Amino acid sequence: MTIQMPEPDASVLARRDEIIAALREIVPGEGVISSAAEMVPYESDGLMAYRQPPMVVVLPSTTKQVSQVLKYCHDNGIRVVPRGAGTSLSGGALPLADGVLLGLGKFKRIREIDFDNRAVVVEPGVTNLAITQAVEHAGFYYAPDPSSQIACTIGGNIAENSGGVHCLKYGMTTNNVLGCEIVLITGEIIKIGGKCTENAGYDLMGVITGSEGLLGVITEVTVRILRKPETARALMVGFAEIEAAGRCVAEIIGAGIIPGGMEMMDKPAIHAAEAFVHAGYPLDVEALLIIELDGPGVEVDELIARVETIAQRCGSTTCQISTSEQQRLLFWAGRKAAFPAVGRISPDYLCMDGTIPRGKLPEALARIRQLSEKYQLGVANVFHAGDGNLHPLILYDANKPGETDRAEAFGADILRVCVELGGVLTGEHGVGIEKRDLMPEMFSEIDLVQQQRLKCAFDADGLLNPGKVFPTLHRCAELGRLHVRGGKLPFADIPRF
Amino acid sequence: MDTLKPRDAQDVEQAVRAAVAAEQPLEIVGLGSKRAIGQPMATNALLDLSALNAVVNYEPNELIITVQSGAPLDDVLSLIDSRNQQLAFEPIDTSALLGTAAQRGSIGGMIASGLAGPRRIKAGAARDHLLGAEAVSGFGELFKTGGKVVKNVTGYDLCKLLAGSWGTLAVMTEVTLKVMPKPEAERTLLLRGLDDVAAGRAMTAALGSPYDVSGAAHLPGSALRGAGGALGAIGKPEQSMTLLRLEGTATSAAHRAGSLARLLADYGGAELLEDTSSAAAWAAIRDVTPFAADGPRALWPIWRIVCPPAAGGAFGQTLARDSQGEVIYDWGGGLIWAALPPVADANAGVLRKRVEAVGGHAMLIRAPEETRRAVDVFHPQPAGVAALNARVKQSFDPKHILNRGRMVRGTAS
Repeated sequence: MTIQMPEPDASVLARRDEIIAALREIVPGEGVISSAAEMVPYESDGLMAYRQPPMVVVLPSTTKQVSQVLKYCHDNGIRVVPRGAGTSLSGGALPLADGVLLGLGKFKRIREIDFDNRAVVVEPGVTNLAITQAVEHAGFYYAPDPSSQIACTIGGNIAENSGGVHCLKYGMTTNNVLGCEIVLITGEIIKIGGKCTENAGYDLMGVITGSEGLLGVITEVTVRILRKPETARALMVGFAEIEAAGRCVAEIIGAGIIPGGMEMMDKPAIHAAEAFVHAGYPLDVEALLIIELDGPGVEVDELIARVETIAQRCGSTTCQISTSEQQRLLFWAGRKAAFPAVGRISPDYLCMDGTIPRGKLPEALARIRQLSEKYQLGVANVFHAGDGNLHPLILYDANKPGETDRAEAFGADILRVCVELGGVLTGEHGVGIEKRDLMPEMFSEIDLVQQQRLKCAFDADGLLNPGKVFPTLHRCAELGRLHVRGGKLPFADIPRF
Repeated sequence: MDTLKPRDAQDVEQAVRAAVAAEQPLEIVGLGSKRAIGQPMATNALLDLSALNAVVNYEPNELIITVQSGAPLDDVLSLIDSRNQQLAFEPIDTSALLGTAAQRGSIGGMIASGLAGPRRIKAGAARDHLLGAEAVSGFGELFKTGGKVVKNVTGYDLCKLLAGSWGTLAVMTEVTLKVMPKPEAERTLLLRGLDDVAAGRAMTAALGSPYDVSGAAHLPGSALRGAGGALGAIGKPEQSMTLLRLEGTATSAAHRAGSLARLLADYGGAELLEDTSSAAAWAAIRDVTPFAADGPRALWPIWRIVCPPAAGGAFGQTLARDSQGEVIYDWGGGLIWAALPPVADANAGVLRKRVEAVGGHAMLIRAPEETRRAVDVFHPQPAGVAALNARVKQSFDPKHILNRGRMVRGTAS
């Protein structure tokens, strides 16, 4: 393990029995898990290279229990790691040896469906897909669709500000959430927003979304639902050169077309996916674009024709257009199965998640190829091309000495390239522990200090999910101190009127 | 009052540091278009950002623009319009409502106020389009947050806090915004004569349809009394108008307008407004021109009420009747602009009690200074949320140097 987690607090570990007994008082029966064997499923999340058994697992089933557990932990200086379904790809739910793992899996109820206000009120343990399933009989859906949507929970989606293939047009989680109930580490229960289109005061919902479990524990969520588009059709376009595919993406956007989804795969990814799902992908192309247009039938037909023309102009070598829903889903099947497909050709893989300006795509790919040679590890690339979000999959074998470290170093270099090209470290998977130590590549110490000051407004003792997101932990008292530097003469050189 | 005109971000940093050292609160001003909104402030110097007005980088194909915060919104809009792009959240022009000079203010003011127009229901608000920012906190430190790409989850999303913070958290110096293609065509269905409750139902049906409605507003006949301009041009005496907007390719917009008209056949025959007249009507709705400062309700306080959309019609109708005031509806009923006859507390007590009962909130957007001093301009929050808001303020501006007292009554001293 190359990432250092905070030192376990020996005084907390020494009180383990007492702490477990106190937690059992709050959450009776099977809601407290403390045996080593039963805690194994909670040792890691989707970032499986990292494992750590927690001190104890607590699975509350009411907001009141969550509040009491947090208050107890706060009063006794015990760290807490919140967890939804544990699908985080950045280690956001990695337990701490001296921490309570707070699982929200029992919060599974859909509390209210309000079609007139286009809002659904759910508990945080409801899966992303279950929201859509609850409203699709009336023609509605919940737009953000991360690949893990069968398993991942809405609480986790809020923590990570999850995206998906449709977020270019329909936004990320943050653009689709109206309100929440959140329990602070003190046990205080706060209600933010509701069914209104926007909220009063500072946009707390906006900053809680994507805060990776460091600000509070979500116990209820109100999401916005949308009416399903009348129709959706997809084009599958092959290119002999990556550059041509990149140009095609830019020209589509430049023509004022915002597709529902626009995905790119490179040759290794195409081959892996085709071998796995037999979607009919062309194997002799260097890049494949899947472009989905959705909306009213007449509009989709019109835009499909325009996109086809653009693709031809950019030198496409193959172009198929879906004529049935079945065919559209087949186009997507390979892309959606890209990760497991790559899992079949390599014992292990590391999935990266940087974003770059779309125009830098060919340059980013060239740099990734160079790095692949340098580290002597293969890489397959899938991207949300529409929004420049790269998912290079680094292929390695954890059983070969040194390969894990090499893969991680390769991944870190890819993210450095993303930042260097004007992009960011993570487009949708979160910082977690995975990119924590790379934060200084993108942010200065002052930038990070301001973020941590905000953390202090929610969790002054730093007990919620410590060790995630920030490479260095500071005490809130130190962060809140005002150092008056400079400015001795009031407004010395600034023009005054 | 001292006015400081920084030339760059470093000047802003220096000005804030000096203000912190001297405990001298600053009023942050871009082009001054919205200075009359908020609690009266306790500031004794003006930080004028109008010299920070450069367009740093505009990349139409990346759908982003980076500009300094003092850049005039009018200039930025005409620049991106030349590439057939727009700010999809339709920032409101408050000049008619507030009776200020005819300009839309600065980019920084647009974000700090966060006032979005009719397309809010589809495209979101400033918060949803602010991708990154550089700003000077009340610690006197220049920090950046977010990025310059359309998809990013690296670190806390402090952009969300800056949008709608009315300059009370940090002085933005540069922002990166998402720009979107302008729709090729727009069509508006116009229904006449519906009462507020029926109009609410029609808008709910339209927004629950698959026809991708990008504007849903209702203007009662009495609210249009004396209205000139675009709304006067399409209005009929004492008849309400309900407008539903469809945007996209010309074929698509026309096709959906037809489908929507059939869906709403029970609400009466619909007229059709096309591109220019449609755009003019929506601009007037966005800018709340029926309640303009030079119109018949010039002296009436104006409230901006946000409530669950389906509750809007009944809520607004009762409010207008009981207060002898006027209302107009946007966001399918989710936004109500209310002009209420002047009384001592601008009706704050009664109004807030009622709006809380339906799960909404209300902000006093226009009123004389003495009224704004006497009532809460922003909706008072429950104790826990208010305390959290105060801690958030503390984490950016512990000495209350920036726009002291603007958002919370009683914090100006």
